[in-house]
Amino acid sequence: MKNITMPISDDVIRSLKVGEPVTLSGVMVTGRDTVHKWMMETFIKKTRAPQGDDMQVYEELKKLLNGSVIYHCGPVVSGLDTKDYKFVAAGPTTSIREEPYQADVMKHFNLKGVIGKGGMGPKTLKGCQDAPGVYFHAIGGAASFLAQTVTKVRGVFKLDFGVPEAMWVIEVKEFPVVVTMDAHGNSQHAVVDASSKKVLEELLAR
Amino acid sequence: MRDITKEILELIRRTSSSLPTDVEKRLRDSVEKEEPGSAARGALETIMKNIELSRANSTPICQDTGTPIFYVHYPTGWSTIKLKEQIRAAMVEATKKSYMRPNAVDAVYDKNSGNNLGGDDFPYIHFEEVEGDELAIELMLKGGGCENVGRQYSLPDNSLGAGRDLAGVRKVVLDAVQKAQGQGCAPGILGVAIGGDRGSSYVKSKEVLLSKLGEHSADPNLAKLEEQLTKESNEMEIGPMGFGGKTTVLETKIVGLHRLPASYFVSISYMCWAYRRRKLTIKKNETIFE
Repeated sequence: MKNITMPISDDVIRSLKVGEPVTLSGVMVTGRDTVHKWMMETFIKKTRAPQGDDMQVYEELKKLLNGSVIYHCGPVVSGLDTKDYKFVAAGPTTSIREEPYQADVMKHFNLKGVIGKGGMGPKTLKGCQDAPGVYFHAIGGAASFLAQTVTKVRGVFKLDFGVPEAMWVIEVKEFPVVVTMDAHGNSQHAVVDASSKKVLEELLAR
Repeated sequence: MRDITKEILELIRRTSSSLPTDVEKRLRDSVEKEEPGSAARGALETIMKNIELSRANSTPICQDTGTPIFYVHYPTGWSTIKLKEQIRAAMVEATKKSYMRPNAVDAVYDKNSGNNLGGDDFPYIHFEEVEGDELAIELMLKGGGCENVGRQYSLPDNSLGAGRDLAGVRKVVLDAVQKAQGQGCAPGILGVAIGGDRGSSYVKSKEVLLSKLGEHSADPNLAKLEEQLTKESNEMEIGPMGFGGKTTVLETKIVGLHRLPASYFVSISYMCWAYRRRKLTIKKNETIFE
């Protein structure tokens, strides 16, 4: 199986095709619902004025996310009292909720990929073609297993968003995923949705 | 009344980290049905590894440790006030021990309570007084991904051609499965309630998920529909994680309720493959975990 090291080059991204299982190694950042909304409002659309440490975090994020990936994940983390953080359980959350934001976030931070589950829609697929970027599908619910690929927790931003919603900066080694949306406009999710819809129509007509 | 906080904590640990054997067996059986080397097969193989690892290390099967739903069947004489206090204390401790993720978020002020307690309804506890001297506590942990793909239909539904009968119920359940795709962490288990009001219908669609896999409805018409829905859902080949494949739904469980003449609700609760439910029974000198 191909192992990809982050940050990822455009050539590597373009070489990935739907259906391909790969592993990821390097530094990535978790971010889900609150983070995407916050990024969009504060830094992209600028409908909300930066507050507290927003600008400091933004500068750090620009460096960390450049060429890397964002992981839709709300982990279970131990060591909250001592700040000796360890990922205990860390599977993906459903990505489609970030559909309104993802393409803009990818473009703004030069993200080369998104890890999540369940796939995303046409706006993100277009964003993947433009970036270029890909959608990496992790196995939903395989939280203990995936946490074992997290070799180190480097730190956390915005812990006041809550443990699941904070941005955790992690080092991973051979994190297993499947490419389900590629940079060439292909989406396994669109294919399965269409084929299952056809069967549904046949079943409803019976 | 004795303090059973420790036993409840153990119930939470087991529920979060150790999948019931009936679910594990069904998942294991479904691995062989997928093509060797396919993404669907890979997903199921990873799921099996994860189940073993979680049990061995007492770590959550899924990082979304879900909405904690307790059903407490208590004999006369037990105090529901004290039981509630003990359940809440156990929940706080389970969060400290990382059996549970802090999962209670104030929806108005967007603040995570940090300890899995939120208002009066988080965790959700249902009390039922029973005869005899056995206390039984059932716990279900239901994640948000699968909860989000649950649906409620009001029949008739013109767009699906679904009328107010079991044929109509069949149509709306199949529609819900297609719309869920892999987003509820397929392969899933369907809890279906027919009738009731909007509230009771949803509650019962979850309650029916407390029974084991292989236990079908005692009503032969519903049992037949359960089997048909599982079979037809799988014909859509949405597959594990929505990758495409043979196993989309492991089982369907249906309960019928009474309804008002004006209403005909069908509620579908989708349970992800991480079907976490466990039971604690306390007899005079015995504590049993199932």
